[in-house]
Order: sequence, then structure tokens, then C-alpha cells
Amino acid sequence: MAANVENSGIRYLNPPTVEVRKKKYCRFKKAGIKYVDYKDAEFLKKFLNEQGKILPRRLTGTSLKFQRKVAQAIKRARAIALLPYVTDLLK
Amino acid sequence: MIKQYETVFIATPVLSDAQMKEAVAKYTDLIKNNGGEIVYEEDWGLKQLAYPIQHKTSGFYYLIEFKAEPEFVATLETQYHRDERIIRYLTVALDKDAIAYAEHRRQVRAAKAAAPQVEEAPKAEETEADVEPEIAEEA
Repeated sequence: MAANVENSGIRYLNPPTVEVRKKKYCRFKKAGIKYVDYKDAEFLKKFLNEQGKILPRRLTGTSLKFQRKVAQAIKRARAIALLPYVTDLLK
Repeated sequence: MIKQYETVFIATPVLSDAQMKEAVAKYTDLIKNNGGEIVYEEDWGLKQLAYPIQHKTSGFYYLIEFKAEPEFVATLETQYHRDERIIRYLTVALDKDAIAYAEHRRQVRAAKAAAPQVEEAPKAEETEADVEPEIAEEA
């Protein structure tokens, strides 16, 4: 976007921020998943950062209902050592 | 009131196959003898732990799905706790969505286990009929 503006010859003091952000959505609602499985560690890793922390809803777009379920599942997975409590360079 | 539960336990990696079978038999019998009913069993085999437990970096995972009275869970967990072979356990009550998910998961796994054997062995019907846990898949 910024490159486009520069090429067109118009210069702004503050480059206009008109980037169109893709709307986030809850993947569980979209896919119709009703139960989050704690046994599927690979799937749960999508909701963790590199240190193994649970990502916030504002990043993943998960609805509140499923964020709670995801969090519960991750905590169960941690309890049976499928996921680490703390780590570096997960993934 | 009978509820459906799912329990996963991790046994120490030092056990031999026979000892592991014995441990599994102990818990399945415990469930059956206390008025429970086993719905499904699954052997995940030897897996790496995400973090060390009692200085061990791997363990035998075993999953049992069963129906029992809620009071029984405490008995089961005391048994786990007293057993030195078990290094970690988790028992979870299944709600209706979880039961539906578990059933679906079973079917998918059974189909997966049956599919490659159809081409090789003529014994495919047998393996399809009994839902024996498949060790090789997730180990």
C-alpha cells in the first residue's frame, strides 16, 4: 500500500493507513467443531506461541466460548505431558 | 447415575511389554469389577514426554474410555496414585459433544487402521471387526 502511494507521486506527511485487514473469525464456529480435544497436541499448538503460552483471542480470533475450551484442552494436554508448560522454540 | 469418562495414564518406560499388559489389565479389571463398563481402549505406545516427570523423558501412554458411577473415579485415582508404575494420570468426564467426538475419532482410526491392511492381508475383516488399539500409528 505504502509503495503504491509513493509511485503515484502524491506524498503525505503521515502515510495514510487504509490497509484492509482480513476479518478474523472463529475457526470452531466456522468449521462446526463442538469439542476441543486435549489429545490432539498438534492442533492445540496453533493456539500457543513459541514459549508455549496460550495466545489471546485478539490474535487468534477464537470466540470466547471456544477460547475457554481451547484453554481447558491445552491445560489438560500439559498435565499429561503432551504439551510443555514452559519452553523455548516450540514448533 | 452412570457417566462416561476417559482416562489417560502414563506408565514408566522401564516396564516390559508383559508388565505393561499387566498394569493395563489391573485397571480394566478394576473398572469392570466396580460396575463400570469399558467402551474403548487405546494404546499410544512409548511416547516422548513434553517435559521430564520423575526424571523420565518418555512413557507408555494408555487411554481407556469407560462408563461408571462418579464415585468410582476417586477409587480409580487412588489406585493410580498408589501405583509406582504410573507416573501421571488424567481422568476427564465426557459431555455429549465429547462422546460424539470420541465416537467419530474411533471410527476414523478404525478406518485408518483397516485401510492399509486391505491391500496386503486377506484378514482385513477381522481387524476391522475388533477395534484393537493400534500401536504403530501414533508411536
